[in-house]
Amino acid sequence: MSPRRSSAARSAGLPDSAPVFAALGDETRLRLVARLSEGGRLSIARLTAGTKVTRQAVTKHLQVLAGAGLVRDSRQGRERLWELEPQQLQEARRWLEVISRDWDDALARLKSSVER
Amino acid sequence: MAQANTDKIEKRILLRAPRSRVWRALSDAQEFGSWFGVQLAGRFEPGARVSGKVTHPGYEHLTFEISVERMEPERFFSWRWHPAPVDAGVDYSKEPTTLVVFELEDAAGGTMLKVVESGFDKIPLERRAKAFELNDEGWGLQMKAIERHVAQAK
Repeated sequence: MSPRRSSAARSAGLPDSAPVFAALGDETRLRLVARLSEGGRLSIARLTAGTKVTRQAVTKHLQVLAGAGLVRDSRQGRERLWELEPQQLQEARRWLEVISRDWDDALARLKSSVER
Repeated sequence: MAQANTDKIEKRILLRAPRSRVWRALSDAQEFGSWFGVQLAGRFEPGARVSGKVTHPGYEHLTFEISVERMEPERFFSWRWHPAPVDAGVDYSKEPTTLVVFELEDAAGGTMLKVVESGFDKIPLERRAKAFELNDEGWGLQMKAIERHVAQAK
């Protein structure tokens, strides 16, 4: 059971998830999020190393992710570094966790039913 | 962070019963309803639409409806639905569905059941908000109550 939320919190919080799901509906962007979730702040050069994706393409994808509030950038000297903004992603995954728990409950009931 | 996947849920559970027994609990609509928590009319067969009411007091306004896709006895069962309980007064037919797949395999001591539900990224946002709302009304608690009921009936 998820923690209770007021209607105000719900209506204030959920619309923010809309662009998150759209932003994640792309394999390159999902890979970027996965890479950034391993920790730390990474430059574009580090993010493109070992991949066939160009710097320009990665920059575009990062901008889409930033627009959805999933990543943010900051400057360190002459370099621009990117990092994950984990709160948005968590919000998007909360719904899935609710349904996931419903499955756990249903499968526990199935288990006691067939093992009787 | 474990994973960035928001599109699917995957479960595995070892059931200490033969595949034939697990298959019956999945493929017989009445028996399925008994553990899933719905009263179903009709039979599960490929192409069938099967629906029923959630049976518990205070939750009769919720309906359960699935479209059966594939059935391979004792091995594979899949359907599509609108995930989480549905408000009977709302037409969801135009909305995308998620795909639920059950796969059964022999395992030491019984049957390994794998369940994958996928397609969540295509579900509209209002629907997710509704799911939260229903959950907040105590859907999760209700399901716990059913679990206790089944355990006591043993």
